[in-house]
This record gives sequence, C-alpha cells and structure tokens, in this order.
Amino acid sequence: MNHRYIPLTDDDKKLMLEAIGVDTINDLFKDIPDQVKFTNLLNLKESLSETELIKEFKRLSNKNANLQEYTSYLGAGVYEHYIPAVVDHMLLRSEFYTAYTPYQPEISQGELQAIFEFQSMICEITGMDVANASMYDGATALAEAAMLAHGHTKKKKILISEAVHPEYRDVVLSYAKGQNVDVEFVKVDNGITCIDSLQEKLNEDIAAVCVQYPNFFGQVEDIEAIKDKFGDLSTLLIVSSNPLALGVLEAPGYIGADIVVGDTQPFGIPTAFGGPHCGYFAVKSKYMRKVPGRLVGETVDENGLRGYVLTLQAREQHIRRDKATSNICSNQALNALASAICMSALGPNGLQEIAEQNIQKAYYARQQFEEAGFEVLYSNDMFNEFVVKLDKSAKEVNKHLFNKGIIGGLELSRYFTNKTNEMLICITELRTKSEIDTFVKEMRDYNEQK
Amino acid sequence: MSKNNPLIFELSKEGRVAYSLPKNDVDTVPGLSTKFRRKSKPNLPQVSELDLVRHYTGLSKRNHGVDSGFYPLGSCTMKYNPKINELVSRFEGFANIHPLQEEDTVQGALELMYDLQQELKEITGMDEITLQPCAGAHGEWTGLMLIRSYHESRGDFKRTKVLAPDSAHGTNPASATVAGFDTITVKSLEDGHVDLEHLRSVVGDDTAALMLTNPNTLGLFEKDILEMTRIVHEAGGKVYYDGANLNAILSKARPGDMGFDVVHLNLHKTFSTPHGGGGPGSGPVGVKSDLIPFLPVPIIEKHDDKFTLNYNVPKSIGRVKAFYGNFSINVRAYAYIRSLGAEGLKEVTEGAVLNANYMMEKLAAYYDVPFEGPCKHEFVLSGRKQKKLGVRTLDIAKRLLDFGYHPPTIYFPLIVEECMMIEPTETESKETLDGFIDVMIQIAKEVEDTPEIVQNAPHTTVVKRLDETRAARTPVLRYTK
Repeated sequence: MNHRYIPLTDDDKKLMLEAIGVDTINDLFKDIPDQVKFTNLLNLKESLSETELIKEFKRLSNKNANLQEYTSYLGAGVYEHYIPAVVDHMLLRSEFYTAYTPYQPEISQGELQAIFEFQSMICEITGMDVANASMYDGATALAEAAMLAHGHTKKKKILISEAVHPEYRDVVLSYAKGQNVDVEFVKVDNGITCIDSLQEKLNEDIAAVCVQYPNFFGQVEDIEAIKDKFGDLSTLLIVSSNPLALGVLEAPGYIGADIVVGDTQPFGIPTAFGGPHCGYFAVKSKYMRKVPGRLVGETVDENGLRGYVLTLQAREQHIRRDKATSNICSNQALNALASAICMSALGPNGLQEIAEQNIQKAYYARQQFEEAGFEVLYSNDMFNEFVVKLDKSAKEVNKHLFNKGIIGGLELSRYFTNKTNEMLICITELRTKSEIDTFVKEMRDYNEQK
Repeated sequence: MSKNNPLIFELSKEGRVAYSLPKNDVDTVPGLSTKFRRKSKPNLPQVSELDLVRHYTGLSKRNHGVDSGFYPLGSCTMKYNPKINELVSRFEGFANIHPLQEEDTVQGALELMYDLQQELKEITGMDEITLQPCAGAHGEWTGLMLIRSYHESRGDFKRTKVLAPDSAHGTNPASATVAGFDTITVKSLEDGHVDLEHLRSVVGDDTAALMLTNPNTLGLFEKDILEMTRIVHEAGGKVYYDGANLNAILSKARPGDMGFDVVHLNLHKTFSTPHGGGGPGSGPVGVKSDLIPFLPVPIIEKHDDKFTLNYNVPKSIGRVKAFYGNFSINVRAYAYIRSLGAEGLKEVTEGAVLNANYMMEKLAAYYDVPFEGPCKHEFVLSGRKQKKLGVRTLDIAKRLLDFGYHPPTIYFPLIVEECMMIEPTETESKETLDGFIDVMIQIAKEVEDTPEIVQNAPHTTVVKRLDETRAARTPVLRYTK
C-alpha cells in the first residue's frame, strides 16, 4: 500500500521502469559502490498514522508548560505579545509557505512585493535607508553587521557593550573567530554602557561599536551620547534594537546609527522555544552594496507595469561565491511575512499604543516592586524590562512561583554567575494589573519568608 | 510606470486599524522621558482588517508554491509539505513556550529534539547531531568552524584551504570564506564526476577540508567516493558532506559510511518542512566522534528519563545562534520522519530517483543530456541545441510559466552550458510528470517552428519579463511617499 505522500503505484513503477529500460528500482542505484551501499532497513522509530502522530505530538507538547496556561514574566530577547488572528490565517495561504526564494519573478510577485513592503516597514521603524529581506535571527544579524563593519573599514576589532544580550555576544564571538576579528567588551555601569569605558577603548583600530537599545537589562541607552564619543573616527555604530520599542523610542537611524539590526519576533511571531524568529538588517544607503542576504527592488516589466525582483545580487553567494558579502542563502522569509502582516495590522498608531502600554505596565510593576520593599536595580529610563534584587536566589523564587501558575522572570545567574539573586522581569501589554499585583504579592510573601 | 497592484502603503487611510489591544488598566505615569521619545511616527500602513486580508490574499494569488503546481527546482527538493506538520507545530506546548523556561518545564521539547537527533544520526550514519544551524549555509559555516577548531586543537594552524568542486553550490565557497578559509576549486571530468587526479594534485598539508555533495549537483553519484575521502584523510584533511541532495540516498547510502566527517542536512529539502518563500529552514549538522568535542553549545543530554542542556563544553566553537535552532521547523521534520518511518523513507528515495530517471529518459530525444545516467534524484539538461536556434534556456524557463509550472533551476551548475537542473521529487505522480514532459516537448518543437513564442514568453503571467538591469542600476528598495 502506498504512503499518502507518495503517489507512484506498482503499475506506475512498472511502466516507468520499462520506459527507462531497466528491470528493477535497484538498477537505478547500481552506481552506488557496494562498499558504501546501505542494505539494511534504517533503525528508526515505527511510522505513525495521522491519528497516532497527533497523539504522540500532544504527549510531547503536554510535557511542556506553555504560556497560555502559565502567566509568564520572561523576556530577554523573546517576548510574548498580542498576535492578531489574521497573521496566522494569512501565513497559511500555501502559495506563500510552499514557495521557495522568488527566483522566477513573474510567478513570485506576491512574495517579492511582500518582502519589498517588509523592507519598507523596517526602514520606517528604524529610521534607516535600506533593509534586507531578513536574517536568521537577531543574534546572527548583529554578528553579520559586525562583519560588514570589519569588511568596510578593514579594521580588526569590534567593541560590544556588556549590556548586549549575552547570547548575541556569544554569536558575534563565533562569527568573529571565523573571520579573525578581535572582540572586546565595554563595561556596564548602572545597567547601561559605561561611556567612560567606551571612550577609553575607542580608537582608530575599532571597526564598530555594538550596543543594544533598549539593552539586555531593559534600560534605554543614550545613543546620542555614545555616538558623540566617536568624533572623527570611521568606526561604525551598530544598534541592536527591539523593533517594538521603536514605537515610542527615537529611531536609531535618526540619532547616529550606521547599522540597525534586531529580531522582529515581537511582531506576530510566537516564542516557539526560541525559533524560528526573524533577524532584520537595516543600513544607511552608503552601505547598501555591502548588505548580506536578499534584497528586493522595484522595477518595470516590458509593458511598463510595476513589478519586483531580487536585486543587487552581485553581493550574493550564488553569483560571487567566495567573494560574497555573506554566505547566507535561505533566510526567514515566512517569518518576515508574519511580521509585515503584524506591522500592517498595527499601523503607526497601534505600534505606538502597544509600545506605550509596555512602558506603562512595566513602570507600574517596577513601582509595585519598590513599594513592596524590593531593591530595583538601575534607575534609568526603561522599556518593558527591569532587574529586581531578591533576598533569596531567583531560582528558588521561580520554583515557588511556578507552583502558583507563574513563570517568573529570567534568573540572571543563567548568564552572570555572580547575579544569583537578580531577576530580569518582563512586562508586556498582555499582563493585566491584577496579574502584576498577584505576581508582586507572591514574590514578596515568599521573599520575606525566613 | 503603471501600478497594477497597489502596495499596502497605497491602501492606507488615516484612522483605519486592524488591531485590538488589551486595555491599559494601570494608572498612567509619565514613563519614558521626552528626551528618548520618538519625534515622528513611522509611516506604516493604516488599513482595516478586511483590507489587510484582501491585500495579502491578493499577493498570495500572485505567487506559485508547491500547492499551486509542479515545482521541479533542482537542488531545492520542492516536495509536498504535509499539512499535519503545520498542525502539530502549532500545538500550544511547542509554539507557546519560551526558550528561557526552566528545563523541567520544557521536557517535551527537549525530548523531541533529542529523538530527532537520534533519527538523523541513524539516517546519516554520523555519531552526533546539533540542531542549531538555521539553514544549509549556516550549517556549512558551523561545520567548517568545527573542522577549523579540530585542526587548531591539534596545534595545526597551516590548514587554510577548503577544496570544493566546480559544480558545488555557491554557498560552499562563501561559507569557506566566512569560516576563514581560502577556496580551491577542484575540476570535474567530462563525465561529470570529480577529477581524482586534479584532487590529488591540490590536496596537501594545507587542506582543511574537501566539501562535497553526493550525489553531486549534476545528479550523479560520485562512484569513487571512498577513494576521494581516503585521499583527503591521508593528507590530514576532513571531508564535508553538503546534504542538499540527501533525498537521493535515504536508506540507500549514508554519508557516515562513505568517509564523511561532517554533514549538514536541509530539513526544508529532504524532510519536507516548508520553504516559506525563502525560509525559515533548518540545517542540522552531524559529525563523527572526533569532532563531537567542538559542537556548538548547548548540547542536549539524556540522563535516565530527564533531558538537560549542557553548556559546559570547553572545546566548543561556541554559539551559532541565540537559543536552540529553528525549533518549530525541527518539530515539523520530526513529524515527517515519524510519519514515514524506515520503510517510508526508502520509498521516498526510490520514488525520487525513479521519477528523475523517467523524466530524463523521456526528454533525452528533445534536449541534450550531457551526462549518462542513471541519475539520482535530479538530472541536468543542456539547452545548447536550442541555443543554436536562437532560444536560450532562460526563454524555455519563461515559457514553462505559461503552462503553470515553476521552471527548473537554470544556469546552474555553472559547468554546463545553458543548464536546466530538474528535480521532480517523489511526491509527484506519473501523470504530473507526463504533463510536464509533454509541455517540454511542445516547447522544443516551438523552438524549431515558432521560436518567437518562446523568446517572448511568458504570455500569461501577471507581469511580463522584468527589467533587472534597471532594478540594479537605480535601486528602489523601499516605498517612499
């Protein structure tokens, strides 16, 4: 009996083998030498029918505590936000998700236009001139930005603020090793990049400075003050930004950024255990020809009709091979589409309103923690995250919270061994006042227990 | 310029929205200082929900996917994307879990990843797998970084060269560059196979690795594979398997048994996860035991019935992306493998190879077949016969659009003149293949009788051929009011 994904019947096979002029399927594999021919049956788990498959995947899924059942205060680069129902409905239009890279523009105008619109929206939000079709995630986008700066300036050193997401920093280190680029960290003071430390390290050998805005600790970096320290240096300023925060924060492109990167996950992409998300990559026009990955451009057809094509492909691996600006080929197109749909649903007003709600609710929560007697570290402007210092280990507090149906904030000890009692708390628009109040009360009651 | 299809920005009208936010139920505070506040709102579209739905539905109708019709794009394995995979990947316990949750609360996710790794190890014959790379090229770079760390850990810093055949995917040399290597191109012979003599002459103590696709991009199995891997190993190099063409050999041969040290897989090709209009993919990497110490962190481990993430791997190349790979793509791939099982995967490859050989045979009388078969899951044709009549492969590709087909990959591999690279996959029926074959034959006849029909194609698409030169010379990469 056939598998439902494979239509060839015994009769088909017979006719086709006859047409080819061989006796059996095995004759088509006679070019594989005997020494490497695999003759056993692979030792895999037994195959499942649809019904069984659903049951097995439900079993696995149910072993996970999901964010619908638990009230979560986790952020740190991945955020639970409102996703309009239209997003997934449109993503399930199979003309989008079963297509590949739009190599044949005449039958790919839908995808090409959607990417062009995505690029435009990213430019608008970041205040930049050119945005590409997407990168794997925010971390690799930052790494590629650092490599662009190295390639452009021919300088061998990158500075990264320690207030950049630790996993992003790690990925930059990996990419930098590949291209023999040095990376140095810039210290943090009161939760933001230490300007003095930056000034000490800045010199003519620096290809780029990477900061995050708002940063890993939820604090808003003073981008203008950072840029001020560059003076006449040809060093590039790379800003990694949560694009949702830019609904309220000044766009990095208007205050000195040369490259803006980040992850559009807050726009219509589920947390999904960390991926797939969607890196974005935006530059000032002078770096246009150095951008990694796909770019879609507007043009006309033979009749003068407007249309879209993949363009400036002389940067890319399939043309330039070892001289390409990056090795990226597949990107995160479908997730870019999700974000474009979400940005369209929000529009300028929704984007501002949702960002403002994050701020309002986070400031409210921060105040509640302070009033409950917690030490809230850092006193800078913030977006939707802040750090609370506990009397007990954050790990222990989280265990208690979990039993109350709450997934607490990030234990900073995950990334900083000396920060055992610190918790990075994220409040998005999805948290209600009563949820926040309960959270603070549970934290206080447990924290105060001897 | 005539704007036949509006951009979503051009549908915008002040005041329309397509969202509904929760109430702001906390007392309003000044919050963010004015100093940091945005001075002007970004120009995003303002549309109603129905406007939005009609716009994107309209765009989808201007796009061709596997569900729309045959898509024999060589080296891309455009097979059917099962719907059950979409369903299960959206389960709450997969879609709505946070990567920074406590391990105890995501045991199902870790179990799935661990078990997927086990299945992929068996399929490839490798000793360990990492699921972290997001796509094939990301896997290539990860694999080359592993090889580099391996050599360097032995105090061997002189291995600066990566060898790759002239038929290799463009990502191979590009990945070599970003991993810090120089690329040396290995020639192919007239019969399409790698030139062993040339390989011997370029391999040496500066060879870090040979990157190879097998079957190669011409659809041919490298019959001297054991000799090739031996040559490289004897020179102290490692051999890298580009898994783009794995659909050709499931259950028939395993990279791990051919002498490959590192393998990347394209789950969006062989294992049916959707190509998504260009991604997200997933590019797991498999290694032999001597490279395990260098794998990217974290490593999933199983201790009795509990799954953990290990970050304490001193020789690791580090992290290649944030968190743990394209998890929900990996969920889909695991669902695919579990749907098919060992018997099913064998049928997959047999079907893919049978379909490709059948098409090659049927088209051989009309187009040049530069290399003798049997082919594996794909084959190449050359349009040089048609070129003599003034019709280019590009024209033939465009003519196929008029019949509702996505054309094959064209002008790749670079070593074949006027190349068309056709990969039917196993999910296509004989009727579909016959329909395509008939159209290809019709086009071959048109080239002889009425070449202008082909030269001026496409005739039925929403736009005609687009001016790519204009797009590149005066780039317009975004909408402006």
